[in-house]
Amino acid sequence: MSNILEVSSLDTRFATPEGEVHAVNDVSFHIEAGESVGVVGESGSGKTQIFLSIMGLLAKNGQATGSVRYRGKEILGLPSRELNKIRGVTLSMIFQDPMTSLNPYLRISKQMTEVLVEHKGAGEAEARRRSIELLDRVGIPSAKDRFDLYPHEFSGGMRQRVMIAMALLCEPDLLIADEPTTALDVTIQAQILDLMADLKRDFNTAIIMITHDLGVVAGLCDRVMVMYAGRVVETGGVRDIFYRPQHPYSLGLLNSTPRLDEAGATQLSTIPGQPPNLQALPTGCAYQERCPYVFEACRSREPALQSFGEGRAKACHLERLEGKRLKEGEPA
Amino acid sequence: MLSYALRRLVTAVPTLFVIITVAFFMMRLAPGGPFDSDRALPPEIEKNINAAYDLDKPLVEQYLIYLGRILKGDFGPSLKIRDFSVGELIASGAPASMELGFSAILLALVIGVSFGTLAALRQNSGTDFSVMSVSMIGIAVPNFVMAPLLSLVLGVYFDLLPTSGWGSGELRYKVLPVVALALPQIAYVARLTRGSMVEVLHSNFVRTARAKGLREQLVVVRHALKGAMMPVVSYLGPATAAVMTGSVVIETIFGVPGIGTYFVNAALNRDYPLVMGVVIVYAVLIMLLNLVVDLLYAVLDPKVRYG
Repeated sequence: MSNILEVSSLDTRFATPEGEVHAVNDVSFHIEAGESVGVVGESGSGKTQIFLSIMGLLAKNGQATGSVRYRGKEILGLPSRELNKIRGVTLSMIFQDPMTSLNPYLRISKQMTEVLVEHKGAGEAEARRRSIELLDRVGIPSAKDRFDLYPHEFSGGMRQRVMIAMALLCEPDLLIADEPTTALDVTIQAQILDLMADLKRDFNTAIIMITHDLGVVAGLCDRVMVMYAGRVVETGGVRDIFYRPQHPYSLGLLNSTPRLDEAGATQLSTIPGQPPNLQALPTGCAYQERCPYVFEACRSREPALQSFGEGRAKACHLERLEGKRLKEGEPA
Repeated sequence: MLSYALRRLVTAVPTLFVIITVAFFMMRLAPGGPFDSDRALPPEIEKNINAAYDLDKPLVEQYLIYLGRILKGDFGPSLKIRDFSVGELIASGAPASMELGFSAILLALVIGVSFGTLAALRQNSGTDFSVMSVSMIGIAVPNFVMAPLLSLVLGVYFDLLPTSGWGSGELRYKVLPVVALALPQIAYVARLTRGSMVEVLHSNFVRTARAKGLREQLVVVRHALKGAMMPVVSYLGPATAAVMTGSVVIETIFGVPGIGTYFVNAALNRDYPLVMGVVIVYAVLIMLLNLVVDLLYAVLDPKVRYG
């Protein structure tokens, strides 16, 4: 299969009054057509910033370097005039908070049709027809009657559906979803995820799912990329990561996921401590302070991301991590 | 929305009543009377004049007589400008005053919003700093200093524009008074616009608009400007009030034949009915314009609904 997105050595830094924050650190990955990839990590692990860098949406004090090739063409650092030929057209992004991501002062109809008018030169009537069609497709009941409403007249879940429909207007080949379910009720989350799984199949759109929720990844993704402190620490197929995690952080994340199928587990296990300060990363591995397996090498050398086995890579000095999921109170 | 507007108009009546009452008695608390500055009149004549204008009656009775007249729409005669009623004077001064005031507000909106937006788009650049510092000066310098300064530089030294009068309404007569009246408002609107625009440009929905690949022009004008205008619209209420009080000074400095000039002279001469007439006109205008601003809010923000 062909790669639609190839990212290599992406670095994103923010200049702040307190010094430089290195939010994304030497990240490389690729996305193939039609596949879906989960990007997992805690808040502040840099997972969102990778994709804001790619989309040219970084805050003004941010600077991205490295290479991002979209269908073989370098797009990092392109002026927005050039980026706009692919943003919202073949490369779409939806965001975490549907309550604030739609413009409260414009009708849904305007916010949707403008995409088709701008990018496809569609006429007003054609744009309306196509937009209503997509709203129907994402499960907005009586879409035609609600097309001219304002965002505040929709619920959170409905707004996220509108966002998704908007992102799909030009039939993108890559949809970046930044925690699309985080701000929603659990039942609504499940509906949105089902919808995305449907759309992935019907539109053959590649999906990048940015999330801190491993449950979301398990249901939707083919591959997983685990991020920690701005770096990729482990990648692999979704089953590999879930059943045979090879980085202690991946294991820690899995153990922190509440499970219904394990009787007797009364307290949810957690990863002790806090993610490191990105302005003052320690020498060696960024995870050393929280890692139960830490040894001398971790404190002196930063582990590089190294491939092992089919499509897998990890950044860890451990030869092999016994892939058992820890129970509460058990020593590492 | 219509019933809301009607309700607001009805509730304006008690407010207006309070304004009339306070203004009436405050005016009378000031020492002196309308005929004091003239050469001394024989006592019988002064008595006749006072009787003619009901000024010999107890104050409360005069107040009731005045209220009765107002209810019939009669502002009474001017005590100083002979043979003219207050109504006629206001009617003759209103067009110039209105034109001056509305032009100033319009100028403040157009220029203030443009410069504020420009500063926000180039946040922390040289453009931003110069717009913000110049507007700080605009806010800090009172118009009774700015107006003579403008008239001295542009009118006298460079002899570009007439420094007083309204001519027969030619544009060149209007430039100085309108600009002098608008300057502090331009400055204030620019700062307000910049602040709210910076905030809106960082909002999630503007990020969505950019992610959709819209042209920067569409992002700013269609997506950001409306939200950024909300604080400016709320400021329009106080701005109209500021422009009206400012126009009293500006009209006097530039000799504009508006009601502001009458107001100053009438207050100095104790021309009671004329002062009251102008107070009422200003009060009604401010209340009406505040209503318009609130309705405008509902037009701009779909979340605001009046029932």
